[in-house]
Amino acid sequence: MYSAVGAGLAAIGAGIGIGLIGKGGMEAIARQPEAVNDIRANMLIVAAFVEAVALFACVIAIIK
Amino acid sequence: MMTLKNLLFTCVLSVIVGTSLNAQHDNPHAQAPTATEPAATTESTKTEAAHVEEKYDPTPSIMNHIANTHEFHLFGHYTIPLPCIFYVKEEGLKTFMSSVFHHGAEAHDKFASDHGVVKRVKDSSFPDGEVALEAFESHDGEEHYVHHDSLDNAFIKYQGKEYEIEKGQGLFTSSSFYDFSITKNVFTMIMSGLILLFLFGKAASGYKKRPGQAPTGIQNVLEPVVEFITNDVAKPMIGDKYMKFLPYLLTVFFFILANNLIGLIPFAPFGANVTGNIATTAALALVAFVITNLNGKADYWKHIFWMPGVSPVMKIFLAPIEFIGVFTKPISLMIRLFANITAGHIIILALVGLIFVFGNAGKSVPGAIMGTAVAVPFTLFLSIIEVIVAFIQAFIFTILTASYIGAAIEEHHHEEAHH
Repeated sequence: MYSAVGAGLAAIGAGIGIGLIGKGGMEAIARQPEAVNDIRANMLIVAAFVEAVALFACVIAIIK
Repeated sequence: MMTLKNLLFTCVLSVIVGTSLNAQHDNPHAQAPTATEPAATTESTKTEAAHVEEKYDPTPSIMNHIANTHEFHLFGHYTIPLPCIFYVKEEGLKTFMSSVFHHGAEAHDKFASDHGVVKRVKDSSFPDGEVALEAFESHDGEEHYVHHDSLDNAFIKYQGKEYEIEKGQGLFTSSSFYDFSITKNVFTMIMSGLILLFLFGKAASGYKKRPGQAPTGIQNVLEPVVEFITNDVAKPMIGDKYMKFLPYLLTVFFFILANNLIGLIPFAPFGANVTGNIATTAALALVAFVITNLNGKADYWKHIFWMPGVSPVMKIFLAPIEFIGVFTKPISLMIRLFANITAGHIIILALVGLIFVFGNAGKSVPGAIMGTAVAVPFTLFLSIIEVIVAFIQAFIFTILTASYIGAAIEEHHHEEAHH
C-alpha cells in the first residue's frame, strides 16, 4: 500500500518537472519559432530524463 | 489504421466480456460463494481469498498479461502452443510443445503451466512424465490448477498433496533449469525481424531498380524516418564519424519501434510485451554499453578517471562517481524503456480490468456495461498516447545511445580548450 503512495509522490515530482520543461519549451518556441525542431527534440530528451526518475520509483513500487 | 485497430480492440473487449458472462451461465454454482477453503491454506490466504470473493482483483491477471508466456492465448481455452526447450541441470535437454500442459491441467516432467508461464515443481518427489493435476476450489467457477498465496508463491495439487512451484524466470530470479524456448516474446522478436527485413528489402530493391528517381510505396514511409535518424540523431550527436554507428542506431530504432507497435496490437500473433520485458531492454542496453566503451577514446577515459581542470582533491572524489556513471547510463536506458512500455501496458490492462471490477467478474451485468462505457473511451485515448510513446521511446533510446557514443569518441583539443 505504501509503495502506491511512493509511486504517487514520484508522479507528482515528475509531473512538476515535465510541466516546467513544457513551460520552458513553449516560451522558447514563442521567442524563437525558427528553432522549433531543435527545441522539441531537446525538450523530449530532458522530459525522458525526468520521467525516468518517476519510472524508477514505479519499478521499485512494483518490486517492493 | 488507428480506427481499424481500435474497432478490433473493442470487438476483442466485447468477446472477453461475453465469454465471461457465458461462463457464469454454465457454472450456476459459481454465483454462490464457496464456503469451503482449500485444506492447507495459511491464515493470510484465507483472508485474501475471502477478500477476493467480495471484490475482484485484476492484479494477477494484469501481471500475467504483461509476462512472457510459452503460448499465445486467443480466448477462453483456445491457445496457440509454442515449442518449449528446457535444459535441466543433470537431466539434460527437454523439448515439447506447450500443448502437453492442456491449459495447465497436466504437468509434464515436473513442469507445470501457470496460465501459460511454464514453471518447475520444487519438490523432487513429484513424478515425472505426464501427470493430471487436481484443480483448486475457486470462487469464480473456473478451474485453477495453480494456486497463488501471493504473487510469488504458487502451488499445484496432485493426489491431494500440494507442491510448491518455482518462481517465474526473470532477470533477478534463478531457477533449476535454463529456458531456451521459443516463447511469445522470442517469436515476436523473430517476426518483427522478418517484417523489418521484408520492408527494408523491398525499399532497398526500389533504390536499386530506380536509382536517382522519386521513391515509391514503402520507400516513402521509411526514407523520412531513416533521414531523420541520420540528420537529427546521428550527425549532431556523434559528429563526423557517424557513418560507422548509423547501421547500429537504425537497427536499434526500428527494432524497438517495431516491437513497441506490435505490443500494442491486442490479439495473437501480436501483443507480446517484448520491449516491456526487462531482459530484452537489458540486452539492448548491454549492446549500447559495449559499443560505447569499446569505442571510447583516451579522452573519454581521462574525463572519467582524471578529469582535467579540477583540483586533485576533487578528482579523487569525482572519479568513482564518474566511473559509476559508466554503468548507470546503460542501466537507465534499460529501465526507461522497460518501465515506459510496461507502464503503458499496465494502464491499458487496468482500464480493461475496470470492466471486471465494476461487473464483479461477470456477476453484475449493469456494472460491466458501466465499466465498458468508462473503459473503452479511456483505452482508446491511451492507445493513441501509447502509439506516440512507442515512437518517442524508440527515438529517446536511439538519441541517448548516440549521445553516449558521441561523448565516448569525442577528441578534445586541450591546448585550445583549457587556455
